[in-house]
Formats: sequence, structure tokens, C-alpha cells
Amino acid sequence: MSQGLLQIKDLKTWFTTDGGVVRAVDGVSFDIPRGKTFALVGESGCGKSMTALSIMKLVPQPAGRIVSGQILLDGEDLCPLPEVAMRGLRGNRISMIFQEPMTSLNPVITVGDQIRETLEYHIKLDPKAAKTRAIELLALVGIPDPQERYDEYPHQISGGMKQRVMIAMALSGEPDLLIADEPTTALDVTIQAQILDLLRRLQKERGMAILLITHDLGVVAETADQVAVMYAGEIVETAERTAFFANPRHPYSQKLLSSLPGNKQRGEALEMIRGTVPALNRVFQGCRFANRCDSAWERCEQEVPQWATFETGGVRCHLAENPEKAAKPLIKQVLVSAQGEAVSSVSENEQQELLRVSDLKVHFPIQKGLFKRVVGHVKAVDGVSLAIKQGKTVALVGESGCGKTTVGKAILQLISQTAGSVSLEGTDLSTLSGESLRKRRSDFQIIFQDPYSSLNPRMLVGDILKEGVKALKIDHGEGETWLDQLLEQVGLSPDAKHRYPHEFSGGQRQRICIARVLAVQPKLIVCDEPTSALDVSVQAQVLNLLKQLQSKYRLAYLFITHDLSVVNYFADEVAVMYLGRIVEYGSVESVLGNPKHPYTRALLSAVPQVDPEKKRKIIRIEGDLPSPVNPPKGCYFHPRCPQAMPVCREEYPTLSRFDGHHETSCFLYTGE
Amino acid sequence: MSFPFQFEPLWTDWLIYLLLVLVLGFFLYVSGKEHLCAPWRQIRRRPLAMSALVLLGCYISIGLMDSVHFRKELPRADTRQELQYDPEVLSLLDVVLERLKNNVERTYSAPFAAYAFNKEMVEGPDGTKTRVYPRLKYGGAHLTNPDTERGPDLLLLVGERAIFGLVIVVLFSALVILILSQKHQTPPGEMARKVFRGETETAWRAILFTLGLLFILVGIAASLSVKYHLFGTDKVGQDVLYLALKGIRTGLVIGTLTTLVMLPFAIFLGISAGFFRGKVDDAIQYLYTTLSSIPGVLLIAASVLILQVYMDKNADAFASVTERADIRLLFLCLILGMTSWIGLCRMLRGETLKLREMEYVQAAKTLGVGNQRIITHYILPNVMHLVLIAVVLDFSGLVLAEAVLSYVGVGVDPAMISWGNMINSARLELAREPVVWWSLSAAFVFMFVLVLAANVFSDAVRDAFDPRLRGR
Repeated sequence: MSQGLLQIKDLKTWFTTDGGVVRAVDGVSFDIPRGKTFALVGESGCGKSMTALSIMKLVPQPAGRIVSGQILLDGEDLCPLPEVAMRGLRGNRISMIFQEPMTSLNPVITVGDQIRETLEYHIKLDPKAAKTRAIELLALVGIPDPQERYDEYPHQISGGMKQRVMIAMALSGEPDLLIADEPTTALDVTIQAQILDLLRRLQKERGMAILLITHDLGVVAETADQVAVMYAGEIVETAERTAFFANPRHPYSQKLLSSLPGNKQRGEALEMIRGTVPALNRVFQGCRFANRCDSAWERCEQEVPQWATFETGGVRCHLAENPEKAAKPLIKQVLVSAQGEAVSSVSENEQQELLRVSDLKVHFPIQKGLFKRVVGHVKAVDGVSLAIKQGKTVALVGESGCGKTTVGKAILQLISQTAGSVSLEGTDLSTLSGESLRKRRSDFQIIFQDPYSSLNPRMLVGDILKEGVKALKIDHGEGETWLDQLLEQVGLSPDAKHRYPHEFSGGQRQRICIARVLAVQPKLIVCDEPTSALDVSVQAQVLNLLKQLQSKYRLAYLFITHDLSVVNYFADEVAVMYLGRIVEYGSVESVLGNPKHPYTRALLSAVPQVDPEKKRKIIRIEGDLPSPVNPPKGCYFHPRCPQAMPVCREEYPTLSRFDGHHETSCFLYTGE
Repeated sequence: MSFPFQFEPLWTDWLIYLLLVLVLGFFLYVSGKEHLCAPWRQIRRRPLAMSALVLLGCYISIGLMDSVHFRKELPRADTRQELQYDPEVLSLLDVVLERLKNNVERTYSAPFAAYAFNKEMVEGPDGTKTRVYPRLKYGGAHLTNPDTERGPDLLLLVGERAIFGLVIVVLFSALVILILSQKHQTPPGEMARKVFRGETETAWRAILFTLGLLFILVGIAASLSVKYHLFGTDKVGQDVLYLALKGIRTGLVIGTLTTLVMLPFAIFLGISAGFFRGKVDDAIQYLYTTLSSIPGVLLIAASVLILQVYMDKNADAFASVTERADIRLLFLCLILGMTSWIGLCRMLRGETLKLREMEYVQAAKTLGVGNQRIITHYILPNVMHLVLIAVVLDFSGLVLAEAVLSYVGVGVDPAMISWGNMINSARLELAREPVVWWSLSAAFVFMFVLVLAANVFSDAVRDAFDPRLRGR
């Protein structure tokens, strides 16, 4: 394939650290054809971003360096080029957009000027022409009123807008290749759909190639032409998109695909990859995936697999030569039956209501001036009602900023509510205070999103686990046997108690968090995005653990998340939140299977699907979440609603109920 | 069992002992915790920092020796007489430097001089009076003809001591290498090679080099200072080297005790403001913005003058001049501490504001952990690195502040030996013709070495504890 725009040949980027040489990118080769999207997929820490930075020759100096290999752009090798020549290439021929739009723009220069500067630098336009061109570019990336937006500062526009500005900047030099490093990971699904749409449109119009780096297989399924899976610094499989999703060849790719949660796996344990990505500071004797692979045999441990080519790609696995060694999915079925029984036994039990939240409101006052006059309220939560039964899971879904975390914290009495009530087994928690609240605290607990900031770095794991037991005076009997049992239960070895949190990986830390919560024997656990900071394979491990514990202890979960596929797999009921209010509430089957509210429909349609056969129509919703300081008059969703009616602008819709415990607030159904 | 002296610790001595206990306790605590040891191990690898640490250690041991105070028993005619103690309070350092302390000339003399700095009327044996530079009582007293003998004598002394020092250094290094090779189970030859190539985990090469240099210099100084005045003498004929060495304690006391005073304020107020927010935060912020808007020197001057008046009115309350000077030193530490906690307090407030929203603090709250325990177990350990960095960085600033304040006249008691007072008196000496430069230079050299070592070391500490620089 000599017509390829970018050819990478045996690229090696190594880092010198205290712990030895880290081979972040270790012999990567691939071709990106003109005008196509090439997706690089893999878990965190497998070298995707470093490959991208190597192409730009922006590897962090002096620790990292490109050791060997060729980066051919139209046949010209970039590796020996000096920095001066590279500066001319970057932005002109190769552009890059980053994951975090919040920090990629200079906060003290207006967005327009930032684009104009790149234009003046790269295509030597005079300031006036550059300004006109900048406004054109803003319009091109779908920013409404580009004239006015030109003079705004980055903090004045939303995250999705910032990512559009970043794209406009990347396009300013009319590059042949756009490197997009997790371009939508920090964005909500509806915004993600907008940005992916934009990238597709731009690619079609300009015929540029895109190197898409992502961990999200859904995004890959919707945008990529070619897929390459990276693992531990090397590419283990490349394939055409349809071929890849229909028939992944490498065991790692297979596992990645099957560990995605969804409706199909409901009531089953998720397929998971045991262990974690190996450290890259050593030379591998055999296959890098061998220790996590179900199909591994002696040869995998002893011999590095060679690249085997297929019609649309290739794979780096011994199975290519010995297909008979492939493991049968036996283990999974065993798990399924065990799990299935457990789940059904719970559902037979009589169901007792554990938590009832009614008309919960949390308003934060906005204070101004010397005497801190209250000039308004941020209505973070504005009338939320829900109920959780023992042993059940209610998912709270919504985009970032809709107040779902605030609901969780208000239930835990971490922030005081403005109005409404939270009652646990009939006791209104908001009436409790001080000592009486502290005594009840063991009943309701929380697991946080970020496992890195939720454990005190200065405490031993054992002490962390004992903390709540001591404070709440929970009787576990004499000795520390309960501690060992607890650690074993969450899948950690008992000697973990003598270690500090920083010695554990993200998934293991999340297990410690779960153990900490379990130690006080709660009835309700609020899970605030417990898996969104984790890789897919680790997410499956944690979700399985949570499921298992639920059936064992009849725990109730309030599962706060933005990930609808997790909801589909995990929850019994789901509440969709928009701007501080619940717009739709009901059982998972009815809400996700037959969504009523336009927002729920849009949200569902925006989730990228892994199954490329399933064609979906994306309901586009424009714009961003309005500010909760002054929500729109009438229905909060009407400015973005594709089905808005005149009445929607006037007043907030009342609740409409449907058969089988399913309700929504929308005027579309008030007439029925 | 009775000693021929009475232990007589001053106020500052007690505080220094307390500080010593705290520091030792801290290191014992740290040595048991792997994650707390890691930054210190990083410091251990840096040659420059280790050289600085050796110098600091040298200063600190002199300062500690000078902090053991006692009074000697006066000789009694017979045992029935009541036991009497010398009114003069001495320190261990005074005993070690007895020769230096007692070799007092009449007035100024230049370094290594054998003759006085000023001409004096001398009566000859025949009764004639002449104005000459008289021979010094102690400086170069062993020479019969200083003009010709002094040079060779000095050379001989220096050479002899240098060679002797070198031998000691080589022996000491060999000992250290032997111990190291025992500890690491490597043959001594291999270990020696590693040390001299600077390949050891701890920067032993730098430590040995600095220690060796110190050995040799101290050896030379010790032998010279017995026979000469190494840094000359001051107006009342006291040996300037003695003054400079006594000044070390004053500098260290100011640098360390002030932080001991400041830390409780900064930590308690800073963390309370950040953790409780609301009214508490408002009050504390009001307090420190008000305090920081008063010029520091003015505040110090006013307080010191108030104390001065009090001490003059209640002269009986103080047993000795030393005790009186010591109270003033302590008071200066207090008032310096009162004005210097603001910066750290602000920083701790900000950090606490950030930490209280951290998820592990939230988790502790849901587990029913009380506020007090959250502060001591969750917030404090996580701001400790900031405290440590601030303390080490402030140290050199405070040592310099003492000099400035004494120069202005509101520093330590004029009777107290300090570098600030030496510099202050140099004001007039520099106006003389010919210039008396040595006391200023001595104070400058001693202070410079201390502050430089402290700065180098604090740089290393900051780098080691700054999370952004980790992993390099």
C-alpha cells in the first residue's frame, strides 16, 4: 500500500525512568490511507497517546525518545527532521486535537484570536484576511453566531464548543492528517454525537485522514474505516471495521468486545479479562497478553508471536497458526448459571421499600458583594422523587451538570437539602443531626468515581477499612479475621492491609473502596460513576463484583452514571435527569426499550453502538445544557427539544403515567 | 553523687530540647513509613544537599553544645561553708573554647597579629615612655621576634595540621567504607570504588569530601587559634572567632524557635479556616489580613521596646545578664513568629479548602468519622509536606532577619553575642582609619555559610516533596 498517506514502520518510543527503560511504544507499524479514518484502540497505558505524540514528534523530552523506526508522511521520513522543520509540518500537514478541551485553550486570549494567530503563522495571512477566515472556520465547525463568538474567552463557552474551537484551530492549516486523541471522552453523549458528526462531515468535505485514538469501541464502530488494537506497546490486531466487529481474531479484541455491558448480558456475569496491563519496563519473553489470556498455552509463554497477515489486516497471535488451541467459552457459562440462580432468588423475595426520596431540592445560594447578599440560587436539584427497594438498583442517568451527583450527596446528608425529604426505612434523615445521624450512617454509604482521590494516601489500607468500623462502633468480633475475609471477598489478598493505596491499580483501588463501604454493613450504597474512570475490562470486573455483592447481601444501589450501556446491564429501574429534575422514570425495560420523553430518546440514540449492523437514526439535539441558575421558562428541555410545542414554552409539564410503573413529564402525553 | 557544677538551663534551652525531641520523634515516625521515607531518600542521593547537610550538622552541633548551660561551683574554704555557685552562666561550648574565651587582649588587634592595632604609651625598663605598637598578651606571644618568625611559624603550623588532618580523613573514610561494605555485603575494594565514583545510593563521596575538608580546616583553626587570634580581636579585646562561634546559637535559635512559635498558629488557624469555612474562615482571614498590613519591623520594634521598659523596671526578676538576654531573645522569637505565620497559614487554608472536597474526606464523613479525626488523620498528614517546605525555606530568612533587626537596634540584647550585634558594631569600625574589617568579615563568613547551606538544603527538600517534580 504505497499510496498510504502516513506509514509507520517499527516505531519504538522509550522512556528512561527511575524504574528502568519503559518501552511505551515497542515496534508499532501501520498505514493510514488518504481520506480514511484509522482508529487506534486500547486500554489506558498501552501506548496509544504516545504513538500519536511520536508522529508529531512531541514526545516529552528528555525522558522520552524515539529509539528507532520510520514515520513516513507521503514517503518522507519525519524522524531525522530537525525541530524547525517539524514546526512547519505541525498544524500545516498534521494537526492534533486533545482529550481535554478545558485546558487546551489559552484562557486569557479570545477564541477568535487564538484561531487567527495560527492562521497568520501557518498560512501567512494578513490579520484582516485571517480574521475573516477564522470566522469562516468557526462557522464551518458548527458554532452558531461565529461573529459574536469570535470575541469570547474560553471560559464563556461550553466544553463542546471548546472542542469545536479546537477542531477549527486544527483545521486552520488545512492538514492532510488530523490526529484526534480521545476527542470526545470528556464530553457528554449528546455532545459526543455532535462532535463525531462534525468530524465525519469535515472528513467527507476535505478528504483528510483521521487517526482516531480512543478506548470506546462504540465510537470506533461508528466512525472508523480501519481498526488497530494496541496492547502493552504493540499492535496486536488490525482489520477493516466490519471484519473486526464481526470476527475479532485476537483473544484480547474478543475479550474487549465481550466485556462491554449491555442488555444482552442482563442477569449474567460480564466477560472479564483477569489481571491488568503488564508493566512495560521489561523485555517480554513471550506474548504480552499470555498471562491474561484464556487460550494461552506453553508456546505463548516462550515465544514472541509473529505478525500474521490476513486479507483485511493482521494479527499478532499464535492462534493464527494453531487455531485449534482457542479456548471454548466454558467458564462463562458456569458463571452464568451461578449468577442466574442468585438473581432469581432475590426477585422471589418480598420487596421492601428501603429509601424514598420525595420532592428533594438542593439550591445553592449565589452571594455577592461585601455583605454577601443572596442574589440568586443555583437550582442543582429541583424536585426529585424516587424510591429504591431492598436488593434493587435504581440508576440515575443524565449529562454532566444535571445534578445527579448532588442528589447522591444530599441522600448521604453530605450537603443539606433545601426542601423535600429523604427517608430511609421510614426515618427522615434530614431531621436527624449530630450523633443520631452518625449512628445511622452505617446504613447508607457511597462509592466515588475517582479511585485515585477517594483513598487517603497517608493511611494503610487496613487502617482505611477499620476507620468506619471504629467510628461507627460496628462489632466484627475479636481479631482481624473479618478484615481478611472482607479483602478476600472483594478479590484482594489479605496482605493488602499492610500496604498503602498508591501501590494499587485503579481497579484494585475501587475494590478497596467497595471493601471500605462493606465493612460497615450498609443497606444502601450510592455508586457515583464507580466505573467511568476505569478501563472496559476492569469495569467488567467491578460491575461483576457489585452484582455479586448485591445478591449476597441484598444491597440496594443508587447507581449514578452517564453510561446507558451500564444502566442497561446493571439497573432495575432508571431515572433520567435533566437540569435538576427527573424527566422520565420507570423500569429499565420500559424506559430504555420504549422511551417516551424526547430527551431520553435523544440520549439513547446518541450512544454509539458497537454492533455496526444495527443502523440507528441519531436524534440530534442542538446546543448545551442551560444554566441551572435561571432555567428556561416552561419545560426545561424545550430550547433543545426537536418536538417542542408552543405550550412547552409556557409551563412545566405534569407527570404522565404509563402502564407498568413508567412515568414522564412531557406535554406530548398530557393529552392522553 | 554531686557534680562540681549546677545545671542551669535557660528558657531557650528548654525550647531547643523540646524541638530536638520533636524532630527526633518526627524522624522515628517517618522511618517506619515507606511512603514518607521516599522523598528523604531522594534527598540522600543529591551530593550538594548532602554537603549542605554536613555543614548544617556542624553548625547544629556547635549550637547544641552552646545550649547546655551550667554554673560552676565556687571553691570553698571548708566543707561547713554553704555551697556557692559562680554567678556567671557558662555553656559547654565555653568550656571547650576556654582558651579562646580567656585570651582577652586590651583592644583591637588584626588577624594573626602579634602587635596591637593601636599605638600605646609604653614605659621602658629605664623609665622612658615611648608610643609603640605593644606586643599582644596572647597573640603570637610564643615568638621572640614576630617580624621574622611569624611567617615560618604559621606555615609550619598549617602544614603540620593539614598533613595530620589528611591522615585522619583517610583513616575515617576507610572506616566508613568498611562499615558500608559490611552493611551492603560487598568487598571493601569494590565499595571504595563505588564511593569514589559516586555510585552509592547515598551521596557518600560528597559527605566524605565535605567532612574531610571540615576536619582539616577545624584542625588548622584549632591549632592556630591557640597561638594567634585567627580573626583578630574586637574593641574590648575579645577573640572574634569566639564571638562568631557563639553567634551560631543565636542565629539557630532565631531560625528554629521562631518556626516552633509560628507553626501552631499557622497550622491550627490555616486548617480551621479551610475546613470549617463560613464564620470561622471570615474571622481568621480578617485576623491575618489585618496583621499582615501592619509593617513587620514596626511591630517588632514596638514590642521589643515595651519589653525593654518592663525589664528595666523589674531588673530584680532576672538572676543574671545571660538570663536577661535570653528572655529578650525568646521574646524576639515570639514576636517574629507572630508576624511570620501568615504566609504559611494562607497556603494551608487554600490546601485544606481543596482537600476537604477530596473524595476520601467525603468518604470519611459518610463513615461517621468525627471532625477532629478528619483534621488530624486526613488533612494534616496531607499538608505536612507544605509545612516542611515552608519551615526549611523560612529558616535562612529568619537568620538574616536577626542580623537586620540587631543592626536597626531592635534585635537581641546588646549583651548577647550575635552576628547581628557584630555587624552593628562594625558600623563604627568601618569608619575608622585604618579600617577594622575582621569582625564584619567573620560574622559575614559564618552567616553566609549557614544561610547558603540552608538554602541549598531547602531547595533539595522542596524538590523532593513537590509532587510536580516527582519521579525525575
